[in-house]
Amino acid sequence: MTTDTIDKTALHALHIELGGKMVPFAGYDMPVQYPLGIMGEHKHTRTKAGLFDVSHMGQARYVGDEAALEALMPVDLAALGQGEQKYSMLLNDQGGIRDDLMLSRPDGNGVFLVVNAAMKHEDLDLIEAATAGKGILTRINDRALLALQGPEAKDVMARLCPDACKMIFMQCGVFEMDGVEVYISRSGYTGEDGFEISIPEANAVQIAKLLLEQDEVEPIGLGARDSLRLEAGLCLYGHDMDTSRTPVEASLIWAMAKTRRERGDFPGAAIIKQQIEDKTCQKRVGLSLSGAPAREGAEIATKDGRIIGRVTSGGFGPTINGPVAMGYVDREYFQPGTEVDLIVRGRARPATVVKMPVVPNNFYRG
Amino acid sequence: MTTYYTEDHEWITVDGDTATVGITAHAAEQLGDVVFVELPDSGKAVSQGDDMAVVESVKAASEVYAPVDGEVVDTNGDLEDAPATVNEDAAGKGWFVKLKLSNPSQLEALMDEAGYKAHIA
Repeated sequence: MTTDTIDKTALHALHIELGGKMVPFAGYDMPVQYPLGIMGEHKHTRTKAGLFDVSHMGQARYVGDEAALEALMPVDLAALGQGEQKYSMLLNDQGGIRDDLMLSRPDGNGVFLVVNAAMKHEDLDLIEAATAGKGILTRINDRALLALQGPEAKDVMARLCPDACKMIFMQCGVFEMDGVEVYISRSGYTGEDGFEISIPEANAVQIAKLLLEQDEVEPIGLGARDSLRLEAGLCLYGHDMDTSRTPVEASLIWAMAKTRRERGDFPGAAIIKQQIEDKTCQKRVGLSLSGAPAREGAEIATKDGRIIGRVTSGGFGPTINGPVAMGYVDREYFQPGTEVDLIVRGRARPATVVKMPVVPNNFYRG
Repeated sequence: MTTYYTEDHEWITVDGDTATVGITAHAAEQLGDVVFVELPDSGKAVSQGDDMAVVESVKAASEVYAPVDGEVVDTNGDLEDAPATVNEDAAGKGWFVKLKLSNPSQLEALMDEAGYKAHIA
């Protein structure tokens, strides 16, 4: 893709001004890092507050018959109250994951959706087709999305939007920041406390600059976003999950509403129910190793060389100061503490199956 | 001592029939923070262009190639505990490998400092 046709977020010029190293991502020209570098940006987010531009993600609003929307996912929208947010997955008829997404009610006007950048067109086409005649899906193309994450994010918000600090993890609402009406949810993709802020595009630079002026805040690129979520045990769609994996395999049973599982009224419900009962499918696990990082695609083997799985995300964790990986293994090997080998550059490297996250989460629960 | 450069951003400083090899500051800067370096065993024979070492950043692993034929006689053990040395002093303390050269005439085809600066301009 040439730079003539690549998309830019409202903050593009600001990223360049801040010294961002720009790379293409999901059709957008995005900063992978700033001069602070991936290590510095990652550590800053876990100790102070990092500001991420995630405007490339898809934002949408659905108003109408919510049963039609709900039918696509194992989410219980009747249990989603105003001021609340839920994490769910769009599934296909084999129970395979089409995408993961957030659904919320910041106000009384239907459901606000945030989907992954790489899948936004497919997701919103799917939802629109499935709800045709039952409700209206509006694709929101005129709002930016910023994430402020880290232990000092709340200190920043206490000054700039104190009402937002009353929220706990996975709550949301409509607030005023610097005279601008914004939607804020207390959530994120780093494992830290933080806020995701949806802003009218015309005010995006204004709010971003205001946040960056705060002593605690540094701009953070997509490189550190990936290392942060990896330490936090969070899936990256297209890597740790895709249509070839069900929520059972992805270790995301918790993300399926129990009421919906009992009703079995979502795509792939019967297959998923069988997988839960049989307990034979592969499972997503964390992997701990030292020395060379094991990266996506590395095979996972038993100590006697039998291939039992594959790494789906791997890299270096600046907070644990060592390699971190996640992948899928045959069921017999998924217990934490299981010793395996990871094949990196043709050599077997010892690793241990571990519980995720490898860095404790700091979600604010009140 | 003379330092030569390869198109793949390795430097090689020659002292008689042994040489020290590393990656350039330009390469280190492009890589970002170095988190791990995998070095060959001493005694390993390498041919020009062979995979010789691996330098890893948070996001990716990159190959370091043998700039000339030779035998690995020493490797920089300091990089095991302090891989960031590559970023701090790529041209000096961040050296990777010492080679005993088996075909010094290969050096003639490598770039000098001016040539390398032009190459990365």
